[in-house]
Amino acid sequence: MIEFQRVGKRYPGGGADALSDVDFRIEAGELVVVGGHSGAGKSTLLKLVAAIEKPTTGAVLVQGQNVGSLRPSAIPFLRRNIGLVFQDQKLLFDRSAFENVMLPLSIAGFPRQEAGRRVLAALDKVGLAGRERAMPAGLSGGEQQRLAIARAVVNRPALLLADEPTAHLDADTAAAVAGIFLDFHRVGVTVLVATYDRALFPGARRLNLDHGRLQ
Amino acid sequence: MTNAVANWLAAHGSAATQAGRRLASAPLNALLAVLAMAVSLALPAVGQMLLANARGLAQQVAPTLEISLFLAPDAGRPAAEEIRRRLAAHRGIHGVRFLPREETLARMKGAEGLGEVIDALPRNPFPDAFTVRPADASPAAMDALAAELRRLPQVEHVQLDSAWTRRLDAMLRLGRLGILLLAGLLGLGVVAIAFSTARLQVSTRTAEIELSRLLGATDAFVRRPFLWAGTLQGFLAGISALTITLAITLWLREPLADAARLYGLEWRLQGLTAADAMGVLATSAGLGWLGTTLSLRQFLGNIR
Repeated sequence: MIEFQRVGKRYPGGGADALSDVDFRIEAGELVVVGGHSGAGKSTLLKLVAAIEKPTTGAVLVQGQNVGSLRPSAIPFLRRNIGLVFQDQKLLFDRSAFENVMLPLSIAGFPRQEAGRRVLAALDKVGLAGRERAMPAGLSGGEQQRLAIARAVVNRPALLLADEPTAHLDADTAAAVAGIFLDFHRVGVTVLVATYDRALFPGARRLNLDHGRLQ
Repeated sequence: MTNAVANWLAAHGSAATQAGRRLASAPLNALLAVLAMAVSLALPAVGQMLLANARGLAQQVAPTLEISLFLAPDAGRPAAEEIRRRLAAHRGIHGVRFLPREETLARMKGAEGLGEVIDALPRNPFPDAFTVRPADASPAAMDALAAELRRLPQVEHVQLDSAWTRRLDAMLRLGRLGILLLAGLLGLGVVAIAFSTARLQVSTRTAEIELSRLLGATDAFVRRPFLWAGTLQGFLAGISALTITLAITLWLREPLADAARLYGLEWRLQGLTAADAMGVLATSAGLGWLGTTLSLRQFLGNIR
């Protein structure tokens, strides 16, 4: 599903390498947790998978495609197969929960009616059934995170990436949110989570980053 | 194939809806931009309306454009009859009127002060004459026809009063050029307004654009609602410009008709023709689209 081949990443003007010589492989259906201190390169690793950043050296393969050498016009179609949960959630506060989750389906050009059913199903799956009309500002932190997850999975992607999905949540809420990821893993979705709270994902394979290097 | 078309239509449908919602979400901004564009468009539209009316009025005021043919005094009736037939058969001529010399003499005798002078003459000084109404009244066509008529046998003199129509034609062409220049300049202004409006919209939607790209949106998907909004705004500006033009037409109509009546003319100011109105709408929508396209090319690339 994902393969890193001696990947290095240096941001322009960034001084030290964000990642160096990272080499690993994730099979389809695996649950993998990327750990490490703040600034260890967890976010960079996820960004490379989603083609948000390009590797400086080495190759990143996702579903057999070399992501770093994709034409810009091909990147949107790669991203439609990946569910992304961002560290800052990136919810649109001028739209309802329903419209937020609808966005990936509109982008993919889904027929509106079927899309609507899928949105409701996704909201139901993350425990937000009945809240489709709520505005994000009216949701609690945990609910906002659930909403972001619903948006990431509404496309039914084979790969789910999440950057610190439980940060800023209290312990109970964090456990509940982590449980949603475990559920998706159980139904066969490949899940890659960057987190420093690895205890929330028991049974996950661990990748540990230290100053941009895998340990 | 039909599926692809249906998808394409659905994509544009939802983009257009979204564009409408975006305009409605900042109604004051949209209104101001539309108003500024409308005023810029209304000026040349009103100019075009006035010019078309001037043309119509000129045609009404101008003496019916005619060419006069005077035969040699000794031409005789059979020669005149032969010429009449040739004129009537000519394709460049719409109407022919024969003025026999006796009739002219009688008419002139009736004129104040001329009677005695004419009586003193030994014989009728007037020749047989024709007036000819050409099919094409443009100065060039009139000139060509007159030259041709001059070559007819027994025709001694051909008179063509084209100086007046030439002057009028030159004035109207100058007016048309002026309106085109004005339209060009103000059209540039409309593009600039659309450009900055789109820029403002892009800047207020940075987060949404960025997110859409992260979720797999193509450039076309991101651009579509903006293009629709820009085109829609241009179209609305076109409608407003037509409304302004209509208001000015109605407002000027009575006073101008009164003034015309003082000159003995039954004349009414006409609004823009349907073709001109369509032209205004198409142009305004097109300029809105153009300004938005240029703006997106400039500013959308920065948001990745």
